[in-house]
Amino acid sequence: MLTAQSITKTFGGNRAVDEVSFTIKEGTITGLIGPNGAGKTTLFNCLAGLFPPTSGSLSLEGERIDGLSPDRIFARGLARTFQIPRPFPEMTVLENVMVAPLHQRGERFWANWLTPGRVAAEERTLAAAARHWIDFVGLSHLADQPARVLSGGQRKLLELARVLVAKPRLILLDEPGAGVNPVLLDAIVDRIVSLNRQGVTFLVIEHNMDLVMNLCSPIMVMAQGRLLMAGTAQEVRDDPRVVEAYLGGAPA
Amino acid sequence: MPDLLGLLSYGTFFLVFVTIYGLVVLGLNLQWGFTGLFNVGVAGFVAIGAYTSALLTAPDYPDQIGGLALPIPLGWLGAMVTSGLAAFIVGVAALRLRHDYLAITTFGIAVTLQLVALNAQSLTGGPFGLQFIPKPFADVIADNLAWNLAYLAMAATLLGLSYVALERLVRSPWGRVLRAIREDETAAESLGKRAFRFRLQAFVIGCMLMGLGGALYAHFVGYIAPEDFLPILTFQLWTMLIVGGSGNNRGAVLGAVVVWALWTLSGNVLRELVPAEHQARAATLQVVLIGLLLMLILMVRPRGLLGEEAVVSRHMKDSAGEVQEE
Repeated sequence: MLTAQSITKTFGGNRAVDEVSFTIKEGTITGLIGPNGAGKTTLFNCLAGLFPPTSGSLSLEGERIDGLSPDRIFARGLARTFQIPRPFPEMTVLENVMVAPLHQRGERFWANWLTPGRVAAEERTLAAAARHWIDFVGLSHLADQPARVLSGGQRKLLELARVLVAKPRLILLDEPGAGVNPVLLDAIVDRIVSLNRQGVTFLVIEHNMDLVMNLCSPIMVMAQGRLLMAGTAQEVRDDPRVVEAYLGGAPA
Repeated sequence: MPDLLGLLSYGTFFLVFVTIYGLVVLGLNLQWGFTGLFNVGVAGFVAIGAYTSALLTAPDYPDQIGGLALPIPLGWLGAMVTSGLAAFIVGVAALRLRHDYLAITTFGIAVTLQLVALNAQSLTGGPFGLQFIPKPFADVIADNLAWNLAYLAMAATLLGLSYVALERLVRSPWGRVLRAIREDETAAESLGKRAFRFRLQAFVIGCMLMGLGGALYAHFVGYIAPEDFLPILTFQLWTMLIVGGSGNNRGAVLGAVVVWALWTLSGNVLRELVPAEHQARAATLQVVLIGLLLMLILMVRPRGLLGEEAVVSRHMKDSAGEVQEE
């Protein structure tokens, strides 16, 4: 579904992502783990178009997406959430979610004057869809509250609802479990599994090993900008290079 | 015994200025209050509107370009078009900048425009400015007070129309994207919104209102000069927005009323109290006073007299239930 070939991203002399190649198969929940500073989030940012890779190519279902801006990549069906959630704090939860759907008629300046009836009809449909996804992530009771009142975990759920309403086919989740209390975490995992059954593919960065081992297959391991290995949970656990990367610091 | 007629006349005069400022502040509110664009070049876009309308409608000026004697509505339309066009050019060049960088750039552009007005004598009349700017329906209404009232009615109508149009826009999906960009541009882009396009649209529309405000000013006073468009004007307009409540269109208009009332009142008081030879220096106290008001509001009510409303799409009133106030 998503193929990366020799993705490299340098900041000055620092190779944050170094010749990383992989393929994400449709229908999987692929994990991405690695010690802090391994380049996981930088890789995410390259995939989502926040900045272009220095070299290498990316293709989503056969079409090149490297170098495209984030809005265009999102329009192709690749959505991402942020490590530190980025809600629109002064807007209500409902409005946060209603921002996301693509190609809204009412986003065009003139449509609001020329075809107000159709804009209104579309808004009602969108609102229903938004409420459905807010309900799906369990935030219905907060739908009309400004997003700034949400807790860290709730913000992660809001981000999830916000991308879901646009019906992406591949979702990049950056640490969905970080700073989330165990009850909410179960809810998040449950939602991911249920979405995956409905055909959504995931790539998940996560530090919570239990979560990764249970949820993800295959699992890719990064260290110092490079892709160390990819395999099943068992293979990752048994690989001495992974232990070395986490415990041994720099490989000799 | 107060002179009622004089009071009415003064009140009308005062309110005309309030409506003109209100119009400009509405434009600024679209840019800053809803989109987060830090435009500190407001005076420049007001000036473009004022000069454009004057040049289009005034009788032939000797020794200089302009003075086409076109109908006044065409002058106003031209003012909006020129201000919008200028905003488009500035926007394409500068809107990729953010925050203070955009502020510095727009400030520089406004200062440049003011200097052009001061020096491009063949176009702007230089330091002498432009005179004989025609007053609408002056040939029908001879009485001064009646004319002021008529102008007020017309300016207020334009303000009302702009208010209604803006309220409709900011409560549309279009306005929702603007607010998303204001809140977090990176997040908005990650949700498929082409932020630059929306920023540019908001900037151009806001500047068109500023241009219209400039034109209304020019035709009310009948005379414009470069010193009418100094950075202090931008400062006053910003204070109106912050005092009234950024992100709230009613707040923008209320801010224009409050700040302009304080400005004129303090001016009058200072004229009464200060001996003639110190009047010029005392006038700067007005600026200090406005600055104090701004600081006071920022400390006591940082969201302005009328804070931002938790606006929901106008199509959602029925289903969203109560609109919450801060």
